[in-house]
Amino acid sequence: MTARTNRLGGSALTVLTWIVALLFVFPVIWMVVTSFKHEVDAATDPPTFAFTPTLEQFTAILDRGFLPYLANSAFVTVLSTLLVLLLGVPAAYALSLAPVKQTSNALGFFLSTKMLPIVAAIIPLYVISQNLGMLDNVWALIVLYAGMNLPLAVWMMRSFFLEVPTEMIEAARVDGAKLPTVLYRVILPVVAPGIAATALICVIFSWTEFFYAVNLTAAQAGTVPVFLVGFITSEGLFWAQLSAAALLASLPVMIVGWIAQNHLVRGLSMGAVK
Amino acid sequence: MTAVVEAPPSPEPPSTRTRAQQRSAAWKRRAPLLPALLFTIAVTQVPFLVTVFYSFQSWNMVRPGSRHFVGFDNYVDVFTDSVFLSALGNTVTITVVCVLVAMLLGLGLALLLDRQFLGRGIVRTLLITPFLILPAAGALLWKTTMFDPTYGLLNWAFGIEVEWLSDYPLAAVMTQIVWQWTPFMMLLILAGLQAQSREVLEAAQVDGAGRWRTFVSITLPQLSRYLQLAVLLGAIYIVNSFDAIFLMTQGGPGTASTNLPYYIYQRAFEGFDVGQSSAMGVVVVAMTLIVATFALRLMFRAFDVSRGVK
Repeated sequence: MTARTNRLGGSALTVLTWIVALLFVFPVIWMVVTSFKHEVDAATDPPTFAFTPTLEQFTAILDRGFLPYLANSAFVTVLSTLLVLLLGVPAAYALSLAPVKQTSNALGFFLSTKMLPIVAAIIPLYVISQNLGMLDNVWALIVLYAGMNLPLAVWMMRSFFLEVPTEMIEAARVDGAKLPTVLYRVILPVVAPGIAATALICVIFSWTEFFYAVNLTAAQAGTVPVFLVGFITSEGLFWAQLSAAALLASLPVMIVGWIAQNHLVRGLSMGAVK
Repeated sequence: MTAVVEAPPSPEPPSTRTRAQQRSAAWKRRAPLLPALLFTIAVTQVPFLVTVFYSFQSWNMVRPGSRHFVGFDNYVDVFTDSVFLSALGNTVTITVVCVLVAMLLGLGLALLLDRQFLGRGIVRTLLITPFLILPAAGALLWKTTMFDPTYGLLNWAFGIEVEWLSDYPLAAVMTQIVWQWTPFMMLLILAGLQAQSREVLEAAQVDGAGRWRTFVSITLPQLSRYLQLAVLLGAIYIVNSFDAIFLMTQGGPGTASTNLPYYIYQRAFEGFDVGQSSAMGVVVVAMTLIVATFALRLMFRAFDVSRGVK
């Protein structure tokens, strides 16, 4: 009897969970639906649920010159993430497995830079970029995004490095392994998933970054968020096109995030989950 | 940079040599850290120092030649500027409300997900999606398809006619931010829920503790470091909210939904007032640092930083 009520309660909870999830994600579902509409079906009262799907919004987006923005985003995201790993992996190593004396100072410094509001530096960055001829230049974004993600990345990767059992390293040393061998054969296999998780989070934050992109780039080096700003004045007329653009702009990160959700969880909890 | 790592020349008396060796060993340990440290200083600290320098000047970019030092005048202006003070209030409201609401919703969703059921993987995938949508895209979609007074889904679904963005601008912006950040909180809390030991939970049940009792006295305490981390990371990002305000309300109507990042942006890029916007930036940093010192201490306690330092 109780088992049956339990099961009933269980399936009621399952149904509830599904309803909550679908409601929560509904703006996204509606975005996907709207992106396949003709403009006349997009903004109607009451909303249109039955319509003839079309791909014309996607071709319209491509005609508006979406691809260069996409290419800029991909370039900036990949290179800034590589730069973060290049600088962050050795730093995380120095703060965990071969710790320096001022470890907690260094960690505190890294995290405190994350707490500096980005607005506090935007004016000099704008003036400096202008003087260096770096306005509307992808390299400026690459450097700034690396600076933005590095502190968090060091914290995350450090916690993954701490999971390497010191006995393993010492055993390898006793066997006469040199440092490069230890790094490559012992440490890397343990921390590789952590580095992947960190890279994933850097990719998400770089891809979605808005403030620097809007203020420091324009037509030439603009990333996908900058392309979307073009809809701010015309959104009343082009909902279907806006939805198509929003979908295309988010799709790369959505796919990567969906595939690597478990990495995402590990990365976000800074390696606290085993 | 690598030049620093080289040991000093060796022909020296033994006692100093050991000290020199020690020092060179210390530098060798520090070497992997230095590039990251120098890079971070160059990209984050140097621009901030320049901001401090600008903040003591009267400098408007549309009036060339007007640039000169004015001491603390900009700071006096900032604190007597009623828009700045209301933007400060809005920033605090947005941060506190959004972090708390997103965390409670995230906790609820995580509890729903923390059991076996049909399609659990799909539900989790659906629930993390708002975090993966471009915030700029999310803001524009909420502004149009959800909040639009004539064609928006919200008014249609509830059968009402509300001008969300002009009557409740702050609430509308916060809705979008909460929607964006709830999945983040949910993922972190879910990680915490799944890390708790099943034996302890079962033991509690055997001892006759009800669900609520188990949740309050076993689950919540174990969850606390995850909740702290969620609050800290959420606050760091939500304090800087710009996309939603820029794209949904432009800070309006009037200054009703203007927060500090948006106001500083306006003063700098629409008013071209470098001096005053820099002073605001410095004030924001000073206030953030006060809160942050407190938060950092929490973080260090939660994550036991001394682990790993030998």
